[in-house]
Amino acid sequence: MTERLWMLIPELIVLAGAVSCAIIGISRSVAVRRSLPIVAFVTLIVALVATWIVYQDGVASLGSGDWAVPMPWLGKSLIGVSVVVGLVLVLVQAGFVDHSYEDAVAAGRSTFDPLRTSRGEYYVFFLLSLCGLMLTSVAPDLIWLFLALELTSLPTYIMVAIGRIDRRAQEAAMKYFFLGAMAAAIFLFGFAMLYGATGTMSLVGMKDVLTARLAETGSIGTLATLGLLLSIFGIAFKLAAAPLHMYAADVYEGAAAPVTAFLGFVPKAGGVVALMLILSVTGWMEEGGSLPEAVLITLWIVAVLTMTLGNIGALLQTRVKRMLAYSSISHSGYILIGIIAGPGDGFVAVLVYLLAYGLSNTATFAVLASLKRGGGEVETLDDLTGLRERHPSMAWAMAISAGSLLGFPPLLGFWGKLLLFIAGIATGHIVLVIIAAINSAISGWYYLRLVALPLTGSPTASSRSVERGDWNGPRIAAVTACAAVIVLPLFLGDIIGEAEEGVGVAGREVPHQAGEDVAGAGALVSLGRVSP
Amino acid sequence: MLGVLLMLVPLVAAVIIMFAPARAARGVALIGTLVGLGLAILAAIDFNGWGSGGWGLEFHRDLLPSLGISLTFGADSVSMLLVLLTVLLMPLAVIGSWTAVTERLREYYAWLLVLSTAMIGVFLARDLLVFYVCFEFTLVPMFFLIAIYGSTNRAWASVKFFLYTFLGSLFAFTGFLYVAWANAEHGGVWSFSIPDLAHFASTGMTSTEQAWVLLALMAGFAVKIPLFPVHTWLPLAHTEAPTAGSVLLAAVLLKLGTYGLYRFVLPMTPSAVVDWAPLIGILAIVGILYAALICWVQTDVKKLVAYSSVSHLGFCVLGLFALNPLGLQGSVLYMINHGLSTGALFFMIGMMYERYHTRDMGVVGGLAAKMPVWSFFMVFFVLASVGLPGLNGFVSEFLCLIGTFAAGDVGAYPGVLGPWFAAFAALGMIFTAMYLLIMVGKVVFGPLREPAGDHGPLPADLTVREIIVLVPLAAACIWIGVQPDIIMDSMSGAIEHTLAVYPDLVSPVRETVAGAMP
Repeated sequence: MTERLWMLIPELIVLAGAVSCAIIGISRSVAVRRSLPIVAFVTLIVALVATWIVYQDGVASLGSGDWAVPMPWLGKSLIGVSVVVGLVLVLVQAGFVDHSYEDAVAAGRSTFDPLRTSRGEYYVFFLLSLCGLMLTSVAPDLIWLFLALELTSLPTYIMVAIGRIDRRAQEAAMKYFFLGAMAAAIFLFGFAMLYGATGTMSLVGMKDVLTARLAETGSIGTLATLGLLLSIFGIAFKLAAAPLHMYAADVYEGAAAPVTAFLGFVPKAGGVVALMLILSVTGWMEEGGSLPEAVLITLWIVAVLTMTLGNIGALLQTRVKRMLAYSSISHSGYILIGIIAGPGDGFVAVLVYLLAYGLSNTATFAVLASLKRGGGEVETLDDLTGLRERHPSMAWAMAISAGSLLGFPPLLGFWGKLLLFIAGIATGHIVLVIIAAINSAISGWYYLRLVALPLTGSPTASSRSVERGDWNGPRIAAVTACAAVIVLPLFLGDIIGEAEEGVGVAGREVPHQAGEDVAGAGALVSLGRVSP
Repeated sequence: MLGVLLMLVPLVAAVIIMFAPARAARGVALIGTLVGLGLAILAAIDFNGWGSGGWGLEFHRDLLPSLGISLTFGADSVSMLLVLLTVLLMPLAVIGSWTAVTERLREYYAWLLVLSTAMIGVFLARDLLVFYVCFEFTLVPMFFLIAIYGSTNRAWASVKFFLYTFLGSLFAFTGFLYVAWANAEHGGVWSFSIPDLAHFASTGMTSTEQAWVLLALMAGFAVKIPLFPVHTWLPLAHTEAPTAGSVLLAAVLLKLGTYGLYRFVLPMTPSAVVDWAPLIGILAIVGILYAALICWVQTDVKKLVAYSSVSHLGFCVLGLFALNPLGLQGSVLYMINHGLSTGALFFMIGMMYERYHTRDMGVVGGLAAKMPVWSFFMVFFVLASVGLPGLNGFVSEFLCLIGTFAAGDVGAYPGVLGPWFAAFAALGMIFTAMYLLIMVGKVVFGPLREPAGDHGPLPADLTVREIIVLVPLAAACIWIGVQPDIIMDSMSGAIEHTLAVYPDLVSPVRETVAGAMP
């Protein structure tokens, strides 16, 4: 038990950070309240360092025993990815919640009342949601998985609501909350069926029961398959994958840009990890294992629908946030290729893609968050036209991040897509990869608008009134993320090494020991595994 | 190392330009491109692959050993010739834009230089992913050159150009990945080295697999060439692009497609190529004739030259798919000649446009009276383009046709085209002469017609700067026209190397031919 707690130190640190934010947020001193983003930032860095330290000693407690998790090293990789993106996200959030109230207090027009402020709470929820994401990756059983997923999602509903004082934000929050609750019910029902089919809550235990049944009868049984399918549909909500993607456009548009940046990454990453874990019960991570036909076909259809609907939806938009909402739907579709390709290459690609997508997507929203127009946000493509004239760095940031989302070489997004495509082809899903290639081409049309309008268009009446935002955080975030998107491909070997380590399965050889130089140490893990 | 320098010099110059004051941009760009030209000439003198098919300018550094991705460069004589064409055109493009571009100077020259880095990268890449990255990256500078500095319809032209090519190359990319995966599956080790993959694909893949790969690669390269029926982006992009953009687009970027055929399609998928060459040959011929007929009815001079590129590149493709050394030599020579003469024609039209701000033959005409020097060069380059014996175009066009004709009988190489293909393509030569001479007749000769209004600060006829742009091109045209054998000998080894797998395919073809006879 204590060993298990030791492994949870990074999550506990984030929790402690969240509690401190709650206290700091109601301080009467402005200077103390100003330190909120710094506290969040430092918390994440400390958590990252702690992750390194606790995983240094190996993962014995995660690999076996009562608390065994299917992929013991996943926590390390995922915490790495989520903290890197989380740090950028903190910068994007800096200073926007409650800003009119804080301004009024600063100007002496109003006195500070702890009951009226929600800035501190915002950071609490921000960190709690990240904490949930980190917990998801080390979930040993269904209850943990469910709680971690809900810990990831519940704070986001509130973040949407308190992110800005606006009817649309309230509407978005309600919509998001009710649909989220419905999705939770769906996958909870799926979990219940899985429990009914196997008599255990532990993911590893379930895998043992189901593989034994598979060996005996040739299938994992109807109930278990149905449970898996329901779980997949429920988790599809977190991913914003078809058919549960409908909410994304409205919610993303209604929420404030910094919140949308958060929504685009954290719940999605949680969903991806949950999907990996829940699919592990079929035993397909074992040598020679495979997914049940019904599950594979479902995932395939979901992937195709998600990327196609996402891209076609994005084509039709004139509002930037709606367009990016649909674009993020389509990226879930690409990520599903990696899931379908399976343990090994596929999951490695998924983790690398999550990093690439997280950084690029956050950068696009950071650009939106760094600009304002008439007291509100930049909303339409018109507002961005000719941005270069007055905000050159933001125009370039938008272009670079859109290029990376498009998967244009040599940006990070390209390498992510490369790995996904290779994984897809290597597992025989060539048709899926071709559909993804066509989808990438479709997405070229709208990403190109994000590149071309800011950089080559001449300013319109509405874009002339776009001003610099009040805080430097989002600007720094956008520039940093873009720099990362350009520079990180140089360290692709290390990133892949980390990801390979992360998807290592208990019982199978862990590809590399922690701390060792992993760059290019071996071929993609599964080369020996793929069947011709 | 020299090869890497060739790419680095323009890139460094581009970075300097972005941080230097705008008035220095042209100077830095000119110096950068001239240094590049000098380096390339040094490299060419130093290069020992002329004639032998050997490799030079080699450079290797591992990037991602686990996936077999490395930064590998190298040039055979064909790459070397195309690099020389590129670096020759770069300073001319800079000099040619001297007065034409007046705003956002720094970005303009920076993009131009970045474009040259990417183009040289394509020709020198020996690693598939490096090739693909450079191949794709050429789109970005050209996109901005068209979108910012183009004429009225520039926004749509740049988007159409980008999307068309991007879509095509995604298919090629999928095909490449399939080959790389099959190779890894077969050998157990990932590799993206072009020679490895070509060797594996040509020997280790069934002809069905090869056919699919061929289809994927053709989807990418046919758009770039452009081959009928995916040529529709080209006239628009050409017409809207600024002069230097059109020149580089026609002279070098289109060659990326034919170079792709030479470097990948022919060596990688030989049996599929033998199966499908007739279809591709027919598409090429349709392109030649159809585009020529379109040229005939054009009133916009720039559009006319743009369509003539489609027509000309058809010969190039035909020569490649003749699958014999003669055809390939003609085709590679055609790539260079088309770069010289069509590039020059775009310069000529740019010079006219800078003075009259129109490209309409109905409005401008009879310029011989007012611009004798311009008219001289115009007639010269038109004749080079038509294929007048003694000038460069003749040799390559003739060789392509002879190669196609000779492909009729199965000798050492499995020729699948034949006299009929040559005959129809030759019809294209006649059309070419017709539309180009009609154009010359209208624009150069006849009574002088000028649009009313101010003709800008430039003098009536060409300035010394403009003549400096044209003279090197004209000299190259004459030199190749008189002594084509030097260039042809220089590439013979490389071409035999590319065709090395084809003689083995002769016997099955023969057997089927023999079997089909009663």
